[in-house]
Parts: sequence; C-alpha cells; structure tokens
Amino acid sequence: MNKKLKIGVISILLIASVGISAWYLHHTNIAVLDPAGPIALKERNLIYFALGLSLIVVIPVFTLLGVFAFRYRETNTKSKYSPNLDHNAVAEAIWWLIPSGIILILSVVAWTSSHSLDPYKPIASDNKTINIQVVALDWKWLFIYPNDQVASINNFEIPTNTPINFEITSDAPMNSFWIPQLGGQIYAMPGMSTQLNLMATKDGIFNGSSANISGEGFSGMTFTVKASSNRDYVNWIRQLSASPKKLTVATYNQLTKPSQYNKVAHYSNVSPDLYNSIVYKYMSPSEDSTQSIDSVTTINNPKARDINGMVMP
Amino acid sequence: MNYVAGILGKLNIHVFPHDKVTLGAAVSIVLGGFIAILFMTYTKRWKWLWKEWLTSVDPKKIGVMYIIVGLLMLVRGGADALMMKTQQATSVGASHGVLSATTFQQLFSAHGTIMIFFAAMGLMFGLINLVLPIQIGARDVAFPFLNLTSFWLFAAGMILINLSLGIGEFSTAGWLAYPPLSELRYSPGVGVDYWIWSLQIAGIGSLLSGINFFVTIVKMRCSGMNLMKMPMFVWSVLGSTLLIMFAFPILTVTLTLLFLDRTMGMHFFTGGFGGNPMMYVNLIWAWGHPEVYILILPAFGIYSEIVATFSRKRLFGYTSMVWAIGAITVLSFSVWLHHFFTMGAGADVNGFFGIMTMVIAIPTGVKVFNWLFTMFRGRINFSTPMYWFMGFIGLFTVGGVAGVVMSVPPADFQLHNSLFLVAHFHTMIVGGVVFGYLAGITYWFPKIFGFRLNERLGRWSFWCWFIGFLLAFIPLYILGLMGATRRLDHYSASLGWQPLFIVSGIGAGIIAIGVGIFVLQIALSIIQRKDNIDYTGDPWNGRTLEWSIPSPAPFYNFAISPIVHDRDPFWEAKRQSNKDTDEVPHYKDIVMPKNSGIAPIIGMLSVAFGFGMIWHVWWLCIAALVTIIVVIIVRSSDDHTEFIVPAKEIERIETEYAARKAQAPKRRYA
Repeated sequence: MNKKLKIGVISILLIASVGISAWYLHHTNIAVLDPAGPIALKERNLIYFALGLSLIVVIPVFTLLGVFAFRYRETNTKSKYSPNLDHNAVAEAIWWLIPSGIILILSVVAWTSSHSLDPYKPIASDNKTINIQVVALDWKWLFIYPNDQVASINNFEIPTNTPINFEITSDAPMNSFWIPQLGGQIYAMPGMSTQLNLMATKDGIFNGSSANISGEGFSGMTFTVKASSNRDYVNWIRQLSASPKKLTVATYNQLTKPSQYNKVAHYSNVSPDLYNSIVYKYMSPSEDSTQSIDSVTTINNPKARDINGMVMP
Repeated sequence: MNYVAGILGKLNIHVFPHDKVTLGAAVSIVLGGFIAILFMTYTKRWKWLWKEWLTSVDPKKIGVMYIIVGLLMLVRGGADALMMKTQQATSVGASHGVLSATTFQQLFSAHGTIMIFFAAMGLMFGLINLVLPIQIGARDVAFPFLNLTSFWLFAAGMILINLSLGIGEFSTAGWLAYPPLSELRYSPGVGVDYWIWSLQIAGIGSLLSGINFFVTIVKMRCSGMNLMKMPMFVWSVLGSTLLIMFAFPILTVTLTLLFLDRTMGMHFFTGGFGGNPMMYVNLIWAWGHPEVYILILPAFGIYSEIVATFSRKRLFGYTSMVWAIGAITVLSFSVWLHHFFTMGAGADVNGFFGIMTMVIAIPTGVKVFNWLFTMFRGRINFSTPMYWFMGFIGLFTVGGVAGVVMSVPPADFQLHNSLFLVAHFHTMIVGGVVFGYLAGITYWFPKIFGFRLNERLGRWSFWCWFIGFLLAFIPLYILGLMGATRRLDHYSASLGWQPLFIVSGIGAGIIAIGVGIFVLQIALSIIQRKDNIDYTGDPWNGRTLEWSIPSPAPFYNFAISPIVHDRDPFWEAKRQSNKDTDEVPHYKDIVMPKNSGIAPIIGMLSVAFGFGMIWHVWWLCIAALVTIIVVIIVRSSDDHTEFIVPAKEIERIETEYAARKAQAPKRRYA
C-alpha cells in the first residue's frame, strides 16, 4: 500500500468512527454527566474541573512527545544533537513547581469538596427531609420508609426538590448503593449503618444498582427511583400502605434468602425498628449473626441512632 | 471418625469440573502438558531440563524461567478476559450469555489474581533476575539458592491456582476477596482457599526475592558504583524491593487471618461476632496499593534505560528521577484509603487520603518530563522498545489524568467501582507495567540469547496491543460514566450499553492477536536467529555495564570485575577510544554457586502443603511441612555449595567470544 492510500484509509476510518460514536453517544444516557440533582451536579462539575486542570500538564506532554519524536529522529541529521545534556536546573524547577501548583489548587478543592459533599451532610432545603432506610439483601434492595411504615423491593419513589436521607446497611455481603443521576455511592455493610443525602430536582425515573460484587445474583441488583411531584409521592405511599403484603419478621426472614432478578414488591405494616434490628443482629457478641432475627425489638438505647458508619479499625 | 475423611479431607469424586468452560480449560491444560511430556521424552531432554534449568542458580536462567511462566500466565489471564468480554457482549436483556454467573465470577477473580501475581510479578522478577546483577557489575545475587527457592515458591503458587481448574473450583469473590463475601458463610467451597494458598505461597516467594535483590543492590555493586552512579533501573528495583519488604508481610498476615476465619471458625473479618470486614479492606489495600508501585517502579526503570539508549543521550534529570522514585516509594504507603472513599470514613479522612494521592502525581509527572527531555536534542532510533515507550507515555498520561480525577473524593463517589475505574487501572497496568515489561524483554533479549528479536513482528505486536487497548478501554471509560459497574455478567437492554461492550470485546481480541504475534515473534526469531546474531554484545549501542560483556552473557557475567567511574560506564568507555583492547587481560579463578535440586523439591512440597490446606488433608500438610524443614536442614549443613571456575577455563571462554566478535560484520546498530 502506498503512503497516500494508507493515510487516506486511516483518516476515513477515524472520521467514520468519530461520527458513529458521536451519534451513538448523543442517543444514549450518560448518567454521571447528566445529573438530576444538586449532589450529582456538583460531583460532575468536580470531574470536569479536575479534568480541565490536568490538561495543563497533558497538553504539553502530548505536544512535546510528538514534536521531540519527529524532530530528533535519527534520520533528521539537521537537528541539534547534545549527547551530554543531562540536566537543567530551570527546566527541572518548572516541572517540579507547575505540577505542585496544580496539585495545591486541586488539594484545596479536594479538601473543601470532601466536606461540602460529605455524604453524611444533610441537604439544606425548605422541604422536610424524607428518611429512607436501605437494606442490601441477597440479591435485592429493600427500601423502608420508617415514618410511613411501608417498604418496597427494588424500586422507590421520592418527591422532587425534597432532601432524602438514606440510612444504608446490608444483611448480606457488602454492596454499594449507587444512583448515578442523583449522586455518588456509599457502601452497604452488614452490622454497620452508613448515610447518604441526595436530592432530585428533575422529574424522572433513574437507575440504581449495586456497585460492589456480592455474589451470584449481583448483576440483578438493580432498582429504579421515580422522582415526581409531592402528590404522586403521597399517592404512592398510600398505595403501599394499602398493600396486602405485610412485612412481618417471618416475611423479612424469607426475604433474606438468596433470590435473583427479583420483581418489584410492596409491603405495608413495616415495623419502624426493623432496620435497627437488622443492623444490631450483627453487633451482638453472643448471638450468631447467621441466624435470622427473632423479633423486632424496640431499641431504647439512645446511642443507637448515633452510630453512623462504623468503628474505624 | 470416618477414615476416608481423614485421608482425603474434603476431596471426593465430585470435585472434577461440571461446566463445559472449566472442563475444556482443564482438558486442554492436561493435553498440553501431556504433549510437552511426550516431546521431552522423545527428544530425551529431561536430564538437560533438570540440570541446566530447573536446578540452576544462575539468575539469567531463573529470569528466563520466570518470564516463560509470566508469559504463559499472561495467556491464561488473557483467555479469561476474552471469555468475560464475550459474556458481556452477548448477555443483555433476555439473553444471559454464554457463561453462568458463577463461571463469570470465577473468571474475573482468576483474571485479576493471575495477571497481577503470576503474569506481572513473574515478568518483573524475570527481568530483574536477567539484568540487575549484570547492571551492577556483579556475578550473582546475594543469596543464589534463596533466589531459586523464591522462583519455585512462585511456581508452586502458579501450579496451585491452575489446579483449581481441574480439581474443585476457584474463588468467585474478586481478585481481593473482600469479606464477608469471601467468608465461609457466603463462599463455602474451596475457591477462596485456592486463592488464599496460591497467593500465600507465591507471596512468600516474592518477599524472599525482595529481600534478596535489596541486599544484592546494597552489597554487591562493583567497585566505583556508588548509589548516585547506579543505572535508573537499579534505583527503581531498589524502591520496588523496599516496598516488597514492607508490604508483603501485611499480605501474609491478612491472608492468614482470613484463613483462620475460614478454617478455624475465627471472626476477624466476619460480619458478626465482633468481626470487622472493613479491617480486611484496610489491610489488603495497605499491601495492595504499594503492590501497584512494586510493579510500576521497575517498569519506570526500564523506560529510563530505553529512552536514554535509543535517544543516544544521557538520561535527563538523573537526580530528580532518583528523588522522584524515593518520593513515590514513601508516598505509596499513605494512599491506600483511596480504594474505598465510599466506605463512609468521614470528610477529614477522605480529604487527607485524596490529597496524598494527588501528591504522588507530582513525582510521577516529573519523571514523564524528564523522559521527554531525554529525547530533546537526541538522535532517536525507533526500534521496537522505543515504540513501547512512546505508547506508554501516551496511555500513562491519560490514565494518570483519570487517576487524578478519581483522587478527588466526591468525584470518586461517582466513579468508584464503575468501569471507569476498571479502565483507569488497566490503562496504568497495561500501558505502564505490561508495555514496560514487553519493552524490557525485547531490549534485553539479545543479552541473554545472543540474537535480537524480529523487528517487524515486534512492531506489529505493539500496534495490535496499542490499537486493541484503545478499542477495549475507551468504551469502558464511557460505560463507567453511563453507570455501568464492574463485574456485571448481565445488564438490561434498555441501557444501550451493548454496542460499547461489543467494541470493547473486539479490542480485547486485537490485544490477544498482539500477544499471539509477540509469542510468534520469539518463535520466528529463534528459527531465524542467524539473521539477527548479536556478535558484539552491544546490539543497541548501549550505555550500561550489561552491554560491555558478550551476548549471550557467560554464566559468570564478568571475567574481570568492572570498575566504573560514570553513570553510563560503557558509553563513556566507548567514547574514550579503544586503548584498553591492547592490554592482555589477567584472569583469576572465580567462585560460583552450585546448582541445587533442593529448591524445586521445596517448591513441589509447597504445592502438596497448599493442596492439603485447601482440601483439609491434614496429614499431607504435616508430612510436607516436616519434609520441607528436613530438606532445609540438609541443605544448611551442606558445606560444598560452591565451585571454582579456573582462570584457564575463563580464558578459553573469553577467547572464544573474542573470536566470535572478530567475525562480526561491520558494526551496525539496529
């Protein structure tokens, strides 16, 4: 193949693939870059910011790589050759200091954003925060609304512009609770309770999943979140309250048995203490956590609510 | 007590594979082994294999054995990857693909474990063995017998992990086996035990190798080579071995605790009984993050050697490079938590580890600029190793940016455990580590075998790897942003992910062709070795000591111990004319270590020990352990572990080389 033909074929291939990719990406939802709430929006902007800042280093690297490789190729005998040139204080100072400066800026951003976007931090809003308790099971998600005493498997609804406080645990191996369009994930761990504060500002049905391998049915641990008006939300809760299925201790213990690709199910009459019982059954030093829970007991310990996350090793 | 259980432990007739994929793999390994045995018997090479290779304490031969195992494991891990890619490209919507979820999970667990522990570590120790002693002007390593034992422990781990294909099953808990998933409650089979014991045994081998090479660098440098005159590869290995010595004991302890949980009913990491799974996650990453740098540092060293050699120029910013390696070595122990920002440790903790992670980008960036300015005002010869170098700079920069983005904790909340993360670390490990090792193999091949590798096939292999890599991993970056998590064996059709998974699968196929061409390149080069013979010992116009001796390097490396006055001693010697060629060299007797059959025996006993632990065949464990101790005592009481190479013999070999060099065609560098 002669050189011109080669370049021609390669450029046609490149243009075609860029075109097809652009068309495809335009028609597919890129969840992380298409936020539907303030947390996801800020997290996306952080990604863009860090990416942009890195370009200060990336662009010179690619430029120099191309220019040096072409210019100082062996066959180009006209270029200058300095075999003993092995240091230059000014040049080296530049590439110690400029990356340091970039990292300094980014460090400040990392520190402040770690605090402002701390998943445990409540979201300020005029609307009252809704509490949702999330339990990762083998291999499905249980969403409990403790105040309304209802629960749902693999889907839930929220009103827009209302902060949601998730309390998250697992009654199975570790999972990670992730709704990309609303914001970043946090682990769901047995015997521990983590928190995540998110909010939707757009109506829509958003996909969520487990981001951490938890066994055979892991890929089926997907769920959907519907964000809509407060009226829709209230209706939905009412519908759940009227659900004939009641989440008794026996029903719950049945739910903890492994099952894959579970359908949506709704439950009424959920004990508001179910969640704590699930967390606490792993904390008892005398009881074997492999057992199912015997009964949902009200935990009077005032500290119980304060245990967020875990004891750090 | 049941006698059968006493003798066979958990072994029974049902341990042989049930599903077609595993059965196929097991059968092909057994068949391949059988053909190899037939071939060896037919050509009567068993004695040669045992005497010349399996028992050899010559680091060059040990290095070759490491590299052969490493390449085999690269193929095995690559086959796993191809099957995973096939599954992900086809398992969408109503279709559940070609593999069961369990097989798929075994595949990704095996892929990660094998690629890191047996492919990457194997190639790394291989290259270190091949060149490090020669680069520092030494004849051997500090502890030659220990070096061979380390190889055999590594090989024992490799054998165990591959045994899981045919006997029992492999872990489904991912390459780091997070509890509680890896605990007995959720993984009752022997899979996790295979994982524990193959890593435990190979890990001890790695630790011993780390100590060995650290001592070798500290104690065995030739006269005149002070620390700041060491080649950059030696510096990078010094950093890497330091990390091994500090990090691998953590792995050993962590694996032991998990073993105690699983076998003795303890509760270090179980969900209940006061166990804390997150303790494991902290411990395993306190080893796991340094491990990444253990792998990449020697690759940095290789790139430093290559870019200086092929630019025909001194390495730019040597002092900066040394400090950068030092900084990376120290900092790599302070960033482990960035692997689990999403654990909920709190803003202060996340903020601290995020910043530490970013700080590592500074010395790494400095190294990139120093490599680039080594090319500045050079005379760059684009041989194959230089292609790998160029590809590395491109990919590593992209992967580095992805890493810096993820070091901001709230950004990581959105990227963690997604395919974006998978793409990031593959960019670093394939683009950084694997490219470096393949470049290193190409670069140092003639020193070991006496002929260069085929240039054309080398370039083809590079282009397949490079283009295949882009096709395989750019889609994964995008998929991660679309919300695709890692380790999915199935996804909904409505997400629209399938086209990207298909492209990624095609990319993986192209990489596989690249691996094939690399192997073909070695085979063809052996057949056509007469065309590429390295008469001079210096095929690339090299700079460091290894190019000053003949190719293939004699078993004693240096007939006369060199004295160096410069960072690039051989380059300087070549420039200061050839006045020393007239001097008649004065050879002396050399003391060299004897080969040892004890090391392979320890290796095989370790396989038996690990197998016993996995299957609860306790008598086998005890017997193997006792025999290992006895064998070590026997070895320790042997006073005749060395032999003398008489000066006459050295003179004969050196004269032969000189004669060969004289027939060399006019000096022509590739």
